[in-house]
Amino acid sequence: MMDSLLSQKNKSTLPLEYSTEEGDLRIVGFWIFLAAELVLFGTLFGTYLVLQSHTAGGPNAHDLFEIGPVMAETIVLLVSSFTCGLSTMELRRHNNKGLIGWLIITILLGLVFVGLEANEFYTYAAHEGATLSTSAFLSGFFILLGTHGCHVSLGIVWIIGILLQLRKRGITPVTARKAFMVGLYWHFLDVVWIFIFTAVYLTGWVI
Amino acid sequence: MSENQNQVMKQEHAGFPWKQVIGLVLSLALTFLALWIAVGLSLPVHVTLTIIVGLAIFQAFIQLFMFMHVTEGTEPVHQVIGILFGIYVAFAVVAGTIWILAYTI
Repeated sequence: MMDSLLSQKNKSTLPLEYSTEEGDLRIVGFWIFLAAELVLFGTLFGTYLVLQSHTAGGPNAHDLFEIGPVMAETIVLLVSSFTCGLSTMELRRHNNKGLIGWLIITILLGLVFVGLEANEFYTYAAHEGATLSTSAFLSGFFILLGTHGCHVSLGIVWIIGILLQLRKRGITPVTARKAFMVGLYWHFLDVVWIFIFTAVYLTGWVI
Repeated sequence: MSENQNQVMKQEHAGFPWKQVIGLVLSLALTFLALWIAVGLSLPVHVTLTIIVGLAIFQAFIQLFMFMHVTEGTEPVHQVIGILFGIYVAFAVVAGTIWILAYTI
């Protein structure tokens, strides 16, 4: 009874990426991975927030953070999360061209974000003398933002891999699941950035 | 539940991506609201911090529901429990660390 209800629900209402048991289980598994990533970033946030005031005579948050570049990074990442959401929508319509197009726009925005962040780090290190080893505050800052930036860079490489598979194979239950999962990953990185924006930048301007 | 999902699916298949656009507009609005509260207003520090953290959590839930479809799948309860546990541990780590190591205010 239970089984037949489930399989009915499976076939009639759920998108392609859930259509095989393997795809379904892998998506649940990916959510568990994201939960673990959440904890990883939690530890880095905790460390940063405690060390925020330990500037060791070096520059503090007020001296370093500028509204313009930070808002540019935030808006670029928010819009990329939106275009990634549109790619999932095209996936649901089984429109491979639309899916590929929105994923390409997403990685272009991702590249802009990584470029802006690299430029921000360079400005701090070259013009303000603020490097990883200047103070505990800056160690926490660079580790937290660097970890996020590495995740975004990895996400770009991952999406390129998915794009190659989509071009070769089109939308199948397997490529649909992969495209959906990389979308989840990308949105997750946007969620982490929301908290970086709040806990690092906004808090730095307030305190 | 399944009827709801049916409707969601139909909406996604038809026409304009309202869900995504609303998600984007709300995210941008909340971001600028938080910026204005932090930089434009001069409320007491702990009031500002409480408000901007609240706005960030709200915005995270917008991502989770508008873009990530967290309640989808054959048994969405599994991933919802997983994510809730992740949120709980992350919150315990952050709040506990601040409480123990930065309790000077």
